[in-house]
Amino acid sequence: MKNKIMDMSTLDKRLLKELDDYINSLDGDKQEHLILVLHKAQELFGYLPQNLQLYVARKLNLSSARVNGVVTFYSFFNEEPVGKYRISVCMGTACFVKGADKVLERVQDLLKIQKDRISEDGLFTINDVRCIGACGLAPVLTVNDKVYGKVKPNDVDDIIRYYRGLENENS
Amino acid sequence: MKLIDKMIQCSINNINVTVEKGTTILEAAKKVGIHIPTLCHLNLADFGVVNQNANCRVCVVENEKTHRLVPSCAEEVVDGMRIQTDSLKAVMGRRTNLELLLSNHPQDCLTCVKSLDCELQSLAHELNIKEIHYQGEKMNHPIDLTSFGITKDTNKCIMCRRCVTMCNDIQTVGVLSPLKRGFDSVVATAFHLDLAQTSCTYCGQCVSVCPTGALAEMNDSPKVWRALNNPRKHVIAQVAPAVRAAIGEEFGYDAGTILTGKVVSGLKRLGFDEIYDTNFGADLTIIEEATELVDRIQNNKTLPMLTSCCPAWVQFIEHQFPELLDVPSSCKSPQQMVGVLTKTYYAEKNNVDPKDIVMVSVMPCVAKKAEAAREELNKDGLSDVDYVVTTRELAKMLKEAAIDFKKLPDTNFDILLGESTGAAAIFGTTGGVIEAATRTAYEMITGKELKEVNFKQMRGIEGIREAKVKIDDLELNIGIAHGLGNARKLLEDIRDGKSDFHAIEIMACPGGCIGGGGQPYHRGDIEILKKRQKALYDLDKNMPKRKSHENEMVMKLYEDYLGSPGSHRAHELLHTSYSEKQRI
Ligand code: SF4
Ligand code: SF4
Ligand code: SF4
Ligand code: FES
Ligand code: FES
Repeated sequence: MKNKIMDMSTLDKRLLKELDDYINSLDGDKQEHLILVLHKAQELFGYLPQNLQLYVARKLNLSSARVNGVVTFYSFFNEEPVGKYRISVCMGTACFVKGADKVLERVQDLLKIQKDRISEDGLFTINDVRCIGACGLAPVLTVNDKVYGKVKPNDVDDIIRYYRGLENENS
Repeated sequence: MKLIDKMIQCSINNINVTVEKGTTILEAAKKVGIHIPTLCHLNLADFGVVNQNANCRVCVVENEKTHRLVPSCAEEVVDGMRIQTDSLKAVMGRRTNLELLLSNHPQDCLTCVKSLDCELQSLAHELNIKEIHYQGEKMNHPIDLTSFGITKDTNKCIMCRRCVTMCNDIQTVGVLSPLKRGFDSVVATAFHLDLAQTSCTYCGQCVSVCPTGALAEMNDSPKVWRALNNPRKHVIAQVAPAVRAAIGEEFGYDAGTILTGKVVSGLKRLGFDEIYDTNFGADLTIIEEATELVDRIQNNKTLPMLTSCCPAWVQFIEHQFPELLDVPSSCKSPQQMVGVLTKTYYAEKNNVDPKDIVMVSVMPCVAKKAEAAREELNKDGLSDVDYVVTTRELAKMLKEAAIDFKKLPDTNFDILLGESTGAAAIFGTTGGVIEAATRTAYEMITGKELKEVNFKQMRGIEGIREAKVKIDDLELNIGIAHGLGNARKLLEDIRDGKSDFHAIEIMACPGGCIGGGGQPYHRGDIEILKKRQKALYDLDKNMPKRKSHENEMVMKLYEDYLGSPGSHRAHELLHTSYSEKQRI
């Protein structure tokens, strides 16, 4: 009945060692440095899978519920792998009224993934967010830091094509 | 001079109040008899913490000078402050905040487990809510029914965090935490795991403090009704020591009224075939446990020995201190001892097929439900105990059957497993088990009569207590802890080799079983616990026999069936084992 969260074997040993060294280098009450430790872990592993959160909880002698609480509280921590391009569709009231659900649907269709998932090529992740304070531009979609306003479902094709293009240029 | 510096003046509803600096408006109001409704706030000061994160805002009052609404449970009084608790603005503010909480609440009070025990419901009544002016988006979380003890319906959670405070700060188990934030935030387990996959001990203390139906005990009464309705089944009940001191509260009696005789009558009326006393099992536990303690002391085996009758505490050590699994006594708990004896001793004596016996325990405890389901205690398809109902559940069953509890006559337990001594009576309070064990161990070691059976130094309500008892040349060091946070401290000492106790009693619930997770809600009122505790000590005082080994029916059981204490047969039936549990 072993829970897969307890299985640490999928975590890269070398990276764990680096994380351990980092934790050991911290002064004073290590529990106080939870956020720093999580940052470091995310920097090393790219995201914070559940078994890594449990690993950190045990290392710092904190409950895993507490660690998971902190990870889910801050939007800069990711529990799932994140793509190079993070597409966020605003689902706030103003955007919703202007058809944000259609936009989200289009993104999901094009990338063939649901929200909170990563595309097969590892390039894109999709999520929905609450009002980002750009209601005048509703509906709003962001890719990393770039904001796209008054987006129609058809525009999504162009946006994604643009980022795919960037990748091709790079390679 | 100093004292005066610390005192400040304010006015509440135009009544002047002088309070110490640091007093909240709520406390100041209470001082002059002004009631302010509250919800998330829970004062567990007697257990060492106050849940005070002021997120429900149901307690707002108006600051006359600024005309702002402030949460009275968290806002401290400042000198010269003027507060109105009943201005229109305050009244409307409280109503709006409560309506907002209700706007996304599944309004199924009619069938909710906490109905009439729910603080949200009674507040809606108190604030005269007849209409909810807001429409909130309802949550849609699956209900967690995976554990044997506790149900968690996140949709009914109002985010008061009382359970978080209980589970983290008092019990130090840390199963529950707020996750996410803003609209999406919930109080949940790590990664939304089912409770059964976490290190939850099923102590049920979160259930005791949860104001709503979000956390509740698993309702096992339907299974019991089914068994009672099955003519082929021989249904036997047992009643734990702490139940008799608290069940009256569900029927309007004062806390600490002992109602053993009525409980037995009530169970008879419900249709149970035999009604036995868990206290019989307690006396038996003491004899086995004292035998084990004396053996461990005289033969230099592992010390200290820890009592093992509290299953939440056993679960705790299995999860949190797996390296110490040789310290708890191997004795089963009294409920399991009585259970196994009904399926063996009783069954043989009465020529009943054990498979037709249904053993139902009435317990103050939620963890007993999980204990009854433990693998070690369900051998060869036969469980020691089949179903466990809590004190609250039994009260509900009696009401459901339209039994007028107050008018019930007093009846005695059935004879075979029904006799008990004063030593067993005090099992239900912190300190009681170890006092009972000491009475018997004393006579086992010295072979002399123990004249003074009252070990006052073991009594009380402080979280951690110590006592020293002279037994001939031996000075017996006793430790006592209740509440898992306190237990943790003693365990850390043992792990670090700093403990010089011979024996330690641990109870997971603050107060011991009198404060169990299945008892009538006491909402942190330690006076209620003290009354229940006193009732058990009085019961002990008035018993003709006060040492477990004087229980004649227990002695007969050894003679007829088990052989001697600690015998092979006794070990087979009355002892158990522990194993490391995974911890998430
Ligand atoms: S039953 Fe006890 S251990 Fe389990 S979540 Fe509730 S308070 Fe925590
Ligand atoms: S589960 Fe109950 S006690 Fe815990 S936060 Fe929700 S309402 Fe409060
Ligand atoms: S102290 Fe008593 S009521 Fe509480 S968990 Fe332990 S056995 Fe159950
Ligand atoms: S609702 Fe989308 S930006 Fe405000
Ligand atoms: S009781 Fe004061 S904010 Fe909840």
